Amino acid sequence: MSPARRFLRTPEAVAGAILLAALIAMALVALLFPGDPQAIAGPALLPPFQDWSLPLGTDRLGRDVLAELFHGARASLAVGLAAAAAALAIGSVVGTLAGFAGGLVDEVLMRITDAFQTVPSFLLALAFVSVVGPSLGVVVIAIALGTWPGPARIARAEVLSIRERDYVASARAIGMHPLEIAFREVLPNALPPVLAMSSVIVAAAILTEAALSFLGLGDPNRVTWGGMIAEGRAVLRTAPFLSIVPGIALVLTVLGVYLAGEGIVETTAVRRGLS
Amino acid sequence: MIRALMLLRRRVVGSVFVLLIVVIGTFVLLEAAPGDAVDAYIVSTGGDAGMIELLRHRWGLDQSELTRLANYLWALLHLDLGQSVTFARPIRDVILERLPNTLLLMVSATALSFGLGSALGIYAGARPGSARDRFLSIGSLALYAVPGFWLGLVLIVIFAVDLRWLPIGGIETLASDKTGVDRAADIATHLILPVAALGFIYLALYLRMMRAGMAEAWRQDFVLAARARGLSRRRLVLAHVARNALLPLITMLGLQSAQMLGGSVVIESVFSVPGLGRLAQEAVASRDTPLLLGIILTSAVLVVVINLLVDIAYAFLDPRVGAGEAGA
Repeated sequence: MSPARRFLRTPEAVAGAILLAALIAMALVALLFPGDPQAIAGPALLPPFQDWSLPLGTDRLGRDVLAELFHGARASLAVGLAAAAAALAIGSVVGTLAGFAGGLVDEVLMRITDAFQTVPSFLLALAFVSVVGPSLGVVVIAIALGTWPGPARIARAEVLSIRERDYVASARAIGMHPLEIAFREVLPNALPPVLAMSSVIVAAAILTEAALSFLGLGDPNRVTWGGMIAEGRAVLRTAPFLSIVPGIALVLTVLGVYLAGEGIVETTAVRRGLS
Repeated sequence: MIRALMLLRRRVVGSVFVLLIVVIGTFVLLEAAPGDAVDAYIVSTGGDAGMIELLRHRWGLDQSELTRLANYLWALLHLDLGQSVTFARPIRDVILERLPNTLLLMVSATALSFGLGSALGIYAGARPGSARDRFLSIGSLALYAVPGFWLGLVLIVIFAVDLRWLPIGGIETLASDKTGVDRAADIATHLILPVAALGFIYLALYLRMMRAGMAEAWRQDFVLAARARGLSRRRLVLAHVARNALLPLITMLGLQSAQMLGGSVVIESVFSVPGLGRLAQEAVASRDTPLLLGIILTSAVLVVVINLLVDIAYAFLDPRVGAGEAGA
């Protein structure tokens, strides 16, 4: 059976794939969305399902909630994927160096990893954004700063077992530079368990971005779901839908990432005969 | 026991190094922040160039980076975190004033998530693959996807705005002269929603870990042996399967403490709980970087202490730690 068909056999994975496909479609539609989601589209605080040209109503300033939601999907997806990619890259490089070099390098790198895990990652992100200033790129780095230690630990553990294999010994014997062995031979083989974490990391990155924007530390020039929830909070008593709708989008997105991730891990575990 | 003590000593020494790295990290961030303590002071009080020069010299800000780092470390050793410009008080005093509320919130949320999470996990894991197992498994995954701050707002809409059962925020009723039991009950009422908002995500985590650990334990030989001895199902599940799945949860308790401190920032902001997290948000809003870094340092120390406590608890609960795994 092909991996794709095996993937689609579990109902959870199918649900996850559908949710993610919807999210990507939203983000793509946002590219075509005519005009600016921050433009005034109608009367302020129009409830959802009243006017079919504005299906999800409008916010305090009369902006189209549906347009904002679609544009928010873009920001969430971009930040989530970029931050996770950065965290996985930093983590696997640090983990490979620590595990392959051993000794003092390992000790120092792992204490630094400990230090990053000791500081609450959300507080670290908060401090980083507030010192450097909010923009999409800074938010990505801020989130990656708090997330790389997990992948680093896993990569290190994997490298420790790979480093004693025969092909590493033979690479040494033919006189390859240690750094070349570490990154050409060892790192690629240590990646699968690290990549298995990616769904959890993408999900965490999306949630962290939302929390940062909720506190007003997101990119001020972009519509984000966290920012929409914060906007709606001012009128929570009279128009709770403004906070609730983007939150539902967040929950469905993160759920989609988890479900699809579990499906992929299960599919590959079966293929490797680990099931 | 002696092995356990040696392991503990190793952990304490390691923690000191880790905290040193954290201090250097916060120092770097402090240096990177635009403006220094003198700028902040002048903005709030006014003063001319001569005054700025004088203050820079008096506070040692005109010295080299290394000297300043040394001064910073020396001050920290005396538990001096510096002066908060926004509060015009020592940072240590401001933090100590807010810390109890955050600890109360964290301990309550941990008790809720760990207690209910592991109980539901045992309930689900006792019959792997059953309808209730699948329901709890999917339900916990959905719960795990919910951002705490949004859950907090939804709870406010339902229980504080619509039903008016619970207060909308704060830690206790202002300007009431409640004392003793009345005051405790008042605080408890205020804590219900924030504790739920903070704890539910971790509840899902503990539920899932417990369930996964039990699924693992069911396959082990000792469970088969216990079955063969004809133990009752209840004893089998509780004394053998669940007990073995519990230890990783206790480790997780320590690891999650840092995440929970981070999570309390948004939760305290949503519910206006005057704690450390809300203070961090206030520090960001007023650009009080020394205060924010003081909070980070305090949190790091707190996380280190919690993890040491978890290690001690682990040594007592798991006989193998004392027996031979000192190097692990």
